[in-house]
Amino acid sequence: MNNRVINWFRFASPSSFYPIAGKMIPWFWLLAAVFGAAGLWLSFFVAPTDAVQGEGYRIIFIHVPASWMSMFIYVVMAGWAGLGLALNARLSGMMAQALAPTGALMAFLSLWTGAFWGKPMWGTWWVWDARLTSELILFFLYLGFIALQAAIDDPRRADKAGAILVLVGVVNVPVIYFSVKWWNTLHQGSSVSMTKAPSMAMTMLWGMLLMALCFWMYSIAVALMRVRAIMLERERHTEWVKQLAEVKP
Amino acid sequence: MNWNSPAEFFAMGGYALYVWGSFGVCALALALEPFLVNQRRTVILRSLRREALAEKLDKDPK
Repeated sequence: MNNRVINWFRFASPSSFYPIAGKMIPWFWLLAAVFGAAGLWLSFFVAPTDAVQGEGYRIIFIHVPASWMSMFIYVVMAGWAGLGLALNARLSGMMAQALAPTGALMAFLSLWTGAFWGKPMWGTWWVWDARLTSELILFFLYLGFIALQAAIDDPRRADKAGAILVLVGVVNVPVIYFSVKWWNTLHQGSSVSMTKAPSMAMTMLWGMLLMALCFWMYSIAVALMRVRAIMLERERHTEWVKQLAEVKP
Repeated sequence: MNWNSPAEFFAMGGYALYVWGSFGVCALALALEPFLVNQRRTVILRSLRREALAEKLDKDPK
């Protein structure tokens, strides 16, 4: 038992996480490509035309995965932030910082594809509806976190301030999720529910799930790439960085 | 198969602007982000290599 605890902390040090992340990145890219190819094939060539929305509904295949990822990445960030405040491990601050831009991008894509879906179906690009507004707040939380971290010179202090912001903002995630139930909104209800059978064709559901897996693998790959760059930036004066094969002259 | 011709596929049943506007921006964003991250890595690696070279020349100026 004791051994296991020690092993976990060993992975939490940047010097051992850096090479492991480097080995994992190509695999996550490969998985993202495979899931993406299969998902796009299902989305465009297998899934039938929607009875109500015609071909316009196909936006769902990126809108839902992007929205899921924007919320999921935020929860993961909050997890790292809490771990960072509790254990003061260097890795957690770096992970939170590496995830934020990808999360912001997912929130942006969710809003963008939502607008391009809302225009033909609702007749408007934007409404101040509970679901849309809370997702916009999520986007601003990501931007606020990035701006706050950039404004504080000392990285360890920036991590702490950022962690508190992320943890306070996490209350917004269930608000987004339940907004379609709590308020009477223009946005439709959940596409996939845990409690009842799916209301859409199985091929549509599979296309959406495969695209979600693709976005998931993409996010892991790009966050690992970014955390490696952050490690080099923050640990540039340490011996392990100087000993790296890619750094030696 | 849903489409009888490539033109029909690109027309997306009249929703071309909305479907391709969504998928296009998504594809662009998901291609641009790894490119920018890679650039960030290149910048820091270049700086680290220069520093290492400077240190080496400091010790052994030949």
